[in-house]
Amino acid sequence: MDSLRRKAQQLLESKEVDCIIGYNEGSSGNVHAGFITTPGQAEKLIFDDRCKQNLGVYLTKHEVMRLGKLAIVAPVPVMRTVLILTYECQIVENSVKVLGIGLDGQFLDFNEYADIEKYLTDHCNEHPEEDKKLIEKISAMSVEERWDFWHETLKPCIKCFACRQACPMCYCVRCQVECNQPQWIPVQSSELGNMEWHFMRAMHLAGRCTGCGDCGRSCPLGIPVHLLTFKMSDVVLDNFNTKAGLTIKEPSTLSTYKANDKETFIR
Amino acid sequence: MSMEIKSIQKDSLDKLFNSLKSRGNLIYAPVKVKNEVQFDFVEKFEQITDDFIQTTQSVKNSVFPKIETLFKFVKTGKEVKMLDMDMSLIPEIVIWGIHPCDVWGFDSLRAIFTWDTHDMFFEKRMDKLTIIGMSCAKADDYCFCTSVNLGPGSTKGSDVLLTKTGNGDYIAELVSDKGKALATSMPDVFVQAVQSKKEDFLVVVEKRFDSESLIPKMQKKETFDSPFWVTNSLRCLGCGACAYVCPTCACFDIQDEGYGARNIRFRCWDSCGLKQFTIHTSGHNPREVQSQRWRQRLMHKFAYMPERNKVTGCVGCGKCSRACPVDMNIAEQLQEIDQKM
Repeated sequence: MDSLRRKAQQLLESKEVDCIIGYNEGSSGNVHAGFITTPGQAEKLIFDDRCKQNLGVYLTKHEVMRLGKLAIVAPVPVMRTVLILTYECQIVENSVKVLGIGLDGQFLDFNEYADIEKYLTDHCNEHPEEDKKLIEKISAMSVEERWDFWHETLKPCIKCFACRQACPMCYCVRCQVECNQPQWIPVQSSELGNMEWHFMRAMHLAGRCTGCGDCGRSCPLGIPVHLLTFKMSDVVLDNFNTKAGLTIKEPSTLSTYKANDKETFIR
Repeated sequence: MSMEIKSIQKDSLDKLFNSLKSRGNLIYAPVKVKNEVQFDFVEKFEQITDDFIQTTQSVKNSVFPKIETLFKFVKTGKEVKMLDMDMSLIPEIVIWGIHPCDVWGFDSLRAIFTWDTHDMFFEKRMDKLTIIGMSCAKADDYCFCTSVNLGPGSTKGSDVLLTKTGNGDYIAELVSDKGKALATSMPDVFVQAVQSKKEDFLVVVEKRFDSESLIPKMQKKETFDSPFWVTNSLRCLGCGACAYVCPTCACFDIQDEGYGARNIRFRCWDSCGLKQFTIHTSGHNPREVQSQRWRQRLMHKFAYMPERNKVTGCVGCGKCSRACPVDMNIAEQLQEIDQKM
């Protein structure tokens, strides 16, 4: 933590960056995102087990972008987020300074995104054990059982869109759920509409999800919607042997094709 | 209106439940679901719990449903026929064991839904409501009812307010005519009051700010223009969680849904926190960034509603702060405004 704070202070003093997006102590024992703009505030940066939010979500938010040159405190899912956002032309390569936090909690001072790629080659985050078990359980269900499971699980959804807003990959200026000519997805919270919404979102995240779990964590009703995107990551890994956000050189799996694909319909 | 006080022995609470049920009321009460407590329609007294501080969602769904069908329209050939909703189908509901903050939420909703045009769906649903409130014996850091002129034992808005005493019996304050009539009709449940002081059984909720001093500050132009809003909302994600769990947030969208020839027009919840909320057909958005939307949320409750509707649009329940995925704590921010502006 000291090395993180020292680095943050130095970056702000030298005016190398204007703002550091990190974690601060919040209310009632919570932590929350903090936007550090003066060297004196660097002391407020913290990192511990509570710091789970994927801060990468702020890299595409207008009022944050207006703060100037940014640095970001980045556990592994945030590193992957930075790489995907770079490939998808949302940020420019090496423009956001990445203050990495390794899987072992150590501070990693990356100079350029190529270093992140190197680190991620053998340090990628896995789904938490608890989620792995749930995904296994759901995958073992029959189609009918699975339909019923998701129908019941998604029923309480109030369509507050916290899952979408918390997701750094959901940066679309206009989400499909907001298109109404024609209307693809119902606006209101309704049983089938809720399923349509979450399945559509999962499809858009396939091959792009960094496994941060923020969609599920942000749900005020505790609906485990992250299991959907996690499962999509597993499917992509099994079929294409790729993981999202490990490199800025290749597009996300489902937005490209290879001429030597084993499926013949693509040729 | 003078308040009558009775008492209900702990063993007769189920009698009250069963009598209300046998009179054809639906009973909307707190029940335990997994690790949470939420309001739901219950069949049996045993399903109900009083062991909770706050439910995640408010009970506004009972008078302002997530989806309210306004009318139906049916197409036959070139003819379109409009069909009104049958208002007599709106059921009698007893809201059971609701905390005083949530109860007072109905008053804010009423102020909005009857401000100009009287909304008939809302009014009909309100008429059919009986509110049996329950004082708070527990609170947490997020509770700030005392900052908005309420308290853990506020009777405002309840028909009957129950307070659990040390031996498990309840003090029953008969607040409204409806509450008095209910008590008169069940003399074996509502018995002679015993000598106990309600205040002894209420939790103490610390006052975070004073709404009397805060409201004029919120109404100042300098507050509106203050950099406070940007600084304090940078982390806001712009979702609708706060608004949807809020007992007083009343914004809605109107939509049509077609099923071939049969169609409905309905209203559903909407939120000023969402970017799409204010977007014009032209594409221009008068609230183009999140700080403006966050400001709107607080201003609506603490500047505009006090001015137009003569009520505060916040009951201090703290549901929004608990539901927020990024720790936007409303009490903390209001306290800061009260201290600094």
